[in-house]
Amino acid sequence: MVDGPLGSARDRLWPIAKAWVLWSSMKHRAAITVTLATVLVVCMSGAVLLLRRIDRLRSGATLEEVLYIPSPKILKRMSLGYNGLVADIYWTRAVQYFGAKHRARATQYQLLAPLLDITTELDPHLIVAYQFGSTFLAQKPPEGAGEPNKAVALVERGIQANRNRWQLYYELGFLQYMELHDPAAAARAFERGSQIPGAHPFLKILAAAMAQHAGQLLTARMLWTTTYESTEDPMIRANALKHLRALKVDEDVPKLEGLAAEYQRRTDRQPASWADLITAGLLRGVPVDPVGNPYKLMPDGRVQVADPDALPFINQGLPAGKEPLEPGARAR
Amino acid sequence: MINRVAAISFNTFREAVRDRVLYNLIFFALLLVASALLFGQISIGIERMVLINFGLTAVSMFGIVIAIFIGIGLVSKEIDKRTLYSVLARPVRRWEFLLGKFFGLVGTLVVNTFFMAIGFFAALLYLVHHFQRGDAYLLVALYFIVLQFVIVTAVALLFSSFSSPLLSAVFAFALFIIGTFAEDLRAFAALAHGPAGWIATVAAYLVPNFSALNVISSVAHGEPVARTLIAYNTGYAVLYAAAAISAATLIFERRNLK
Repeated sequence: MVDGPLGSARDRLWPIAKAWVLWSSMKHRAAITVTLATVLVVCMSGAVLLLRRIDRLRSGATLEEVLYIPSPKILKRMSLGYNGLVADIYWTRAVQYFGAKHRARATQYQLLAPLLDITTELDPHLIVAYQFGSTFLAQKPPEGAGEPNKAVALVERGIQANRNRWQLYYELGFLQYMELHDPAAAARAFERGSQIPGAHPFLKILAAAMAQHAGQLLTARMLWTTTYESTEDPMIRANALKHLRALKVDEDVPKLEGLAAEYQRRTDRQPASWADLITAGLLRGVPVDPVGNPYKLMPDGRVQVADPDALPFINQGLPAGKEPLEPGARAR
Repeated sequence: MINRVAAISFNTFREAVRDRVLYNLIFFALLLVASALLFGQISIGIERMVLINFGLTAVSMFGIVIAIFIGIGLVSKEIDKRTLYSVLARPVRRWEFLLGKFFGLVGTLVVNTFFMAIGFFAALLYLVHHFQRGDAYLLVALYFIVLQFVIVTAVALLFSSFSSPLLSAVFAFALFIIGTFAEDLRAFAALAHGPAGWIATVAAYLVPNFSALNVISSVAHGEPVARTLIAYNTGYAVLYAAAAISAATLIFERRNLK
């Protein structure tokens, strides 16, 4: 042990010297391995960090509206016979494109129709592409592309390629009635679909209802009930359930407002709460909406839902300032 | 004769399975099958279809790559390593040597396909939990993929009999791609008149037709495959491979190996 400045310098240098000795004693090959592994980790980490910065600079670049090969025929040739796989890839791209745009509340879906055309040209039997694709295309922005005519054309192409699939006739009738408001064309589509062996029995009833010009709410309920019952896909079922709940609200609210008006006519004053209507014998209990929340009775006799976000497709019972999702389409 | 061909086949098979590249390719094919499970989840309603399309395409593409890359070296490697001379110095005919090489590689590919198919069906079982009756047609699609390998191996062997490995690989890949357009060629021949029409017709029948051997997309939809198609495709693959091997033997028999 040496004291003084010389000693402390030696103490400081000692670990460095030890490391150097250790380094020298390592085999040459091991040294190269350690060096290269360090370089690899440092360079890769640097590349990842830089890429993250580049991504921030080019935000949204991955959602560019570019279709590098717009021709389905060329794509079919390029797929070297593996067109089923390429169709799956394009369908996934269409779903991702729609999802990203939908999340961004976009009003334009320029690539959706071409992506669906390519998908169905590559694999004309990909039924989900017609079913979901037509819904994506038909619904009004921001829920969809707002192109019902293209949706109808897509489903009609699907029927040409898959004449024994009643689901496509149902989809066509649905679009004709809901989006194009053409009950006669819808009735024809349901009628054609009902003639296919194994078709859902509701198709005949729907065709008859269209021909009889049944009420919008009744028809819409039949359509969504058929959709709910005829699919096992959880997403379609959830969507149909939301629509059925909205229809129930659209039916309940005018009835409840009618009862409030009746109370006002009898007593010459607005009901203060549901208790007034119950006491008057107009109601048996506090009415609840399809998600289980009690309806709100407003001082002016109007009725509102407690949580409009839980019932996205309602046209009735909305709080002041909140617009229906699809104005004008009462049945939906 | 059968013993000599069998011995060469067995040695070719043994040599091929020793190749590490082969295991890497099988590993990547199985990795692709596994990734199809994830790919299906970012789409809607096509999980099973994606797995079938992705899985069978991986089996087919990787098998073709293996068939070409091993097939092109079957003869040239033996010449480069000078092992061919010691084989031919024994009472082994040149056509027996080629036939043995062909069966050896086809055997290797059948075994590879078997293992890749196990991986594929395991992934399918994981996804759907139980097999359906229509899934039997997946075996037909796999059988057709093996028939593709038979043709590709024969074609690779043909090119290998007179060309360098690099050029053989280019020729074999080009012929595979042209073979997927065989039906378009035939449609073109039907439209063309005069010499152009004849040339197109000859070319359309000369190149191997791979489009009829690809039923992946239809079996993914659960569509049945006609028995007659199975019989015709088998016959076609056997006859085309026999023709290619015959051509390879004709060239190889006349080749000066000194």
